[in-house]
Amino acid sequence: MTTQFAEHPLTAARWEHFSHEADVGVRGVGPDMASAFVQAAIAMTAVITEPQCVLPQTPVEIACQAPDAELLLYDWLNALVYEMATRHMLFSQFSVDIDGTRLQACAWGERVDTARHRPRVEVKGATLTELRVDQGSDGLWRAQCIVDV
Amino acid sequence: MDITLLTRHSESEWHIEPHNGMRVPGVIYASEDLIRNMDHKVYEQVVNVATLPGIVKASYAMPDAHWGYGFPIGGVAAFDADAGGVVSAGGVGFDISCGVRTLATGLTREQVQARKQALADALFVSIPAGVGSTGHLRLDARQMDAMLTGGAAWAVKQGYGRAEDLERIEEHGCMAGAQADVVSERAKKRQRDEMGTLGSGNHYLEVQEVAEIYDVQTAAAFELRAGEVVVSIHCGSRGLGHQIGTEYLKSMAIAAQHYGIQLPDRELACAPLQSPLGQEYLGAMRAGINCALANRQILTQLTRNAFERVFGGADLDLIYDVSHNTCKQETHRTEGRDMQLFVHRKGATRAFGPGNTDLPAVFSCTGQPVLIGGSMGTESYVLAGLAESESRSFASACHGAGRAMSRHQAAKHWHGRQLVDELAERGILICSQSLRGVAEEAPGAYKDVAVVVDSAEHAGLARKVARLVPMICIKG
Repeated sequence: MTTQFAEHPLTAARWEHFSHEADVGVRGVGPDMASAFVQAAIAMTAVITEPQCVLPQTPVEIACQAPDAELLLYDWLNALVYEMATRHMLFSQFSVDIDGTRLQACAWGERVDTARHRPRVEVKGATLTELRVDQGSDGLWRAQCIVDV
Repeated sequence: MDITLLTRHSESEWHIEPHNGMRVPGVIYASEDLIRNMDHKVYEQVVNVATLPGIVKASYAMPDAHWGYGFPIGGVAAFDADAGGVVSAGGVGFDISCGVRTLATGLTREQVQARKQALADALFVSIPAGVGSTGHLRLDARQMDAMLTGGAAWAVKQGYGRAEDLERIEEHGCMAGAQADVVSERAKKRQRDEMGTLGSGNHYLEVQEVAEIYDVQTAAAFELRAGEVVVSIHCGSRGLGHQIGTEYLKSMAIAAQHYGIQLPDRELACAPLQSPLGQEYLGAMRAGINCALANRQILTQLTRNAFERVFGGADLDLIYDVSHNTCKQETHRTEGRDMQLFVHRKGATRAFGPGNTDLPAVFSCTGQPVLIGGSMGTESYVLAGLAESESRSFASACHGAGRAMSRHQAAKHWHGRQLVDELAERGILICSQSLRGVAEEAPGAYKDVAVVVDSAEHAGLARKVARLVPMICIKG
C-alpha cells in the first residue's frame, strides 16, 4: 500500500492505494467528506502518474449530483475521468464543496505531456466495487473505491 | 479459495450448492491448483450472481476467473427475460466488447526475424497506444451514429479492411439492435478522437510465431501453420464503452430498488430485461460492441499498412475476432427445450462448437476459433469451440491468463527497464511509452496461461489447436 500525506499532515489528510487483483483501489482520508474526496482524486491521478509532476495550470469546473454520498464519490471520480479523457489533461489540485447530495468542484491541471508525465495506464472508470464513504471512530472521513484500468 | 466450500463433480468441475438466496448453483471450471489459488472474492461473486432474478441453470466461472466487479472476471451467466431475468452493466464490464482478433501474415518466422526491429518500429509508429494517444479519424455526429450501428461493416465501407473480413468477426462484424440514440453525448464526445487506438493497461498488439500445432486439420482451417507468423490485437470500445458502462451502472444501481431487486453487492447493478432501462442499456451496449468491432477493424488496416511498408506485398488475412465482455441474445437448449437467453460473458469468450448456425461455413466443421491472450512475454493459444460446451457453459470458455498479482505488487516486484531487457534477450521486442506500465503488466503477475488453457480443455469447454509465442509486443 502506498500512502502519501498532503501538505498539512496535522489534519491527517492523505491518500493511499489498496490492492485489487486486477485493478487498483483509491482511498482519500480527511477531516471532512470534501477533503476525503480531494484526496481520493489525488490518489486516482497517482494511478496514472506522479501527482507532483502535474502542473496545476488550467482550472476545470465540475458539478455532480447523486442520491447518496457513495454515488456522489462515484460521480466525482468519473467526472474527472471524463475530463481527463476528453481534454487530454491530468489534474493535481482540487477544491471540493459538498452540500448534501450536490458537489461543486474545481480541478487544476495541464495537458498530458507523455515525455514528462510518463503516464503508465489510463483509468477507464471509477467503479462501485469497494465503494465506501464513511467517518471512522478517529473522526476522519474515508472515501474509496476500485478504479478500472 | 477454500476448497471445502465446493463439491467436486469431476477433475475440473466444482459446484457451489445453492444457499443464501442463490437461485441456481455456482459452477467453477478449473484444476484443483487453480481453485486453491483463486481469490475468495471469486467464490463470493459467483454466489452473488446466482441470486439475480431470472438466472438460468448456473452461475459459472471459467478457469481464469479472478476478482471482478459484481461478476467475477471469467464469469458467465444467462438470463431468461420471460422469467424476470436481468441485464447487468457490471456483468458486461466497462470495456464493452473488449476482445482479441488474430491475423495470419503468411510470413515465416525467419522472414520476420530478419526485419524484426524495422517491423516493431513501423508498428509502434502506426498504432496509437497508451495514455492520451489519439487516432487519425475524427467522426462528426452523423458518422458517429453510423459507426455505432454499423460496427466493422461501417469501417470496411470507410476503407478500413476488406468485405471478406466481416464473416471472420462475431455477429459478422455488425451487432444488430444497436441504438445510437441512447448513447449519451458524453460517451460520443469521449470517443471523438479515440477511433483506431489501442488503449492502455493489458491491451496490446503482438506479432507471434505459431510455435506448436495440436490439431493439424483444424489449424489448417484456421490458416495456422507451424513456423509462420500471426498478429493478435487485444483492445475494446475505448472511451465510449467506458462511459456507457459508467452511466448505466449508476442508473441501474439507483433503479434496482424501484424494480424490487435486492442486490447483495451494488456493483451487480442490473435492470429487468423487459424494463425500459434494461432495453435502453441493451441498445447502448450493442452500440458499444459495434464501436469495439470498428476499432479493431481500423487497427487491422493500420497493421496491414505497417506490414506493407516493411514487407511489400504482405497480405494479412483475418482469422477471427472474438469479444469477451458482452451480453448477447442467443438460443440455447436448456431443460429439453430451446430458450432465448441473454448470456453475459465478463472476461469469457464465446466458444460455439461445430454445426452452430451462427458460424460462417468455414468453421462449420471445426467450431469457432477461441483466441486466448497471454501476457507480454508468455504464450497465447488458439482453441476451437466444442459442441458439448453448449451444455457446460452456454458455449463459453476462458479469455486469458487472468491476473495472479495486483498492479501494485507487480510494480514492486519488477522494474520496467529490466523486464524489457530480459525479454529482449529472449528475442521479444517490447514497445511501450511507459516502463512502469510494463512492470505492472509483467508476465509473472499473471497466472500460467498454459495451465488455464489445459484446464479449459480438461473441462470440455474448448480444445487446443495451436500455441503462439511473442516476437514483438506493442503495449498499450
